[in-house]
Amino acid sequence: MIDFSLWDVVRNLLLAARWTVALSLIAFIGGGVVGLALLVLRLTGSRWAEAFVGAYVQVFQGTPLLMQLFLAYFGIALFGINVSPWTAASVALTLYTSAFLAEIWRGCVAAVPKGQWEAARSLALDFHEQLRHVILPQALRIAVPPTVGFLVQVVKGTALASVIGFVELTKAGTMITNATFRPFLVYGCVALLYFALCYPVSLYARGLEKKLNVAHR
Amino acid sequence: MRITFDFAAVLTQWPLLLRGVAWTLALTAVSAVLGVAIGVGGAWARSAGPRWLRTVAGAYVELVRNTPFIVQLFFVFFGLPAAGVKLSPETASVIAMVVNLGAYATEIVRAGLEATPRGQLEAAASLALTRAQTFFHVVLPPALRKVWPALVSQIVIVMLGSAVCGQISTEELSYAANLIQSRNFRAFEAFIVATGVYLLLALALRRALNWAGPRFLFGSRA
Repeated sequence: MIDFSLWDVVRNLLLAARWTVALSLIAFIGGGVVGLALLVLRLTGSRWAEAFVGAYVQVFQGTPLLMQLFLAYFGIALFGINVSPWTAASVALTLYTSAFLAEIWRGCVAAVPKGQWEAARSLALDFHEQLRHVILPQALRIAVPPTVGFLVQVVKGTALASVIGFVELTKAGTMITNATFRPFLVYGCVALLYFALCYPVSLYARGLEKKLNVAHR
Repeated sequence: MRITFDFAAVLTQWPLLLRGVAWTLALTAVSAVLGVAIGVGGAWARSAGPRWLRTVAGAYVELVRNTPFIVQLFFVFFGLPAAGVKLSPETASVIAMVVNLGAYATEIVRAGLEATPRGQLEAAASLALTRAQTFFHVVLPPALRKVWPALVSQIVIVMLGSAVCGQISTEELSYAANLIQSRNFRAFEAFIVATGVYLLLALALRRALNWAGPRFLFGSRA
């Protein structure tokens, strides 16, 4: 039997953590783009758009991410497309992230005083210009800390992609456990690596919150 | 291309789904009670405990909030037996869920505790209440009332998160869906039905807790 040193375990986990980071970035960027589109759609104020985005957010926030991953995996396959875990995980996590970001950002836009909209309108700016030059720059300031904080949720969410066979940090942990029979050590290391990824982001988000809040008062 | 759905194949398995729902709700109920209790204890420890206890509680909160639930679950179920603790899937699930909810609840309740006006504490002191009396009769009830919506949200999140417990063969709802699709190969239908049920459970649970909290937990006085 081959002996695995602690370094072997950690090295392999670190290699797998690359894919956790990559998937997180895909989900975050993709979710940001879709989320922004949803936000703008909702801000147009049409009742239909409001209902659609509301339902979208409700569905993705009210169902388990694991189920969303399964549905992406088996749902895309229904169209006769051969889905890799990469595709399914990217699609599911992007949609999941977009719903949360759309909701977070909606709150930030709502925090911009109504008078700002009215002032912009009285300057004869059209809806696009109102958003671009008046509302979004102000909302963005408020939005940064919770958006950064949500990144932690995304990183943790990628762990579920292991269930549909995406080899990232958690899946690598399972595979290494099967080879080494040392679950306590391996899953302990997996948890610590996630912590190493997430904790700095959490701290940064908290720092931003304090900084921007103080400036705001 | 035609896609045909066969929902009947899934719906005829309703006893399995029902059993899954029952397990999901049971896991959630136990975790909610114990998790919120830990949250109250943790919040007290973080805001009023001795220095070392604050550090321990702080480390617990940060560790749990910055690692995925599935890893916590695997650590409890696969890791602890190696350290000599043998657990059934259900016990492991409950432990992981309680530990997880406890950390988030600690932060939520703490935010409520910190919002206590100073005058309330001074009033309690002038009535010669002990520290424990002050905490349980003066500080805690309004704090809980204030943060109850946030706690409810977190309990719903933990309920949805319990879908992962099927991975260690706890027989909750997602496990039932998996079992059904392995019997009739109707994977998409099985998961979409389960997802719909989760959505209904989330809506119902939120509504029930928002209704029950003010009535039974901290009195109906606003």
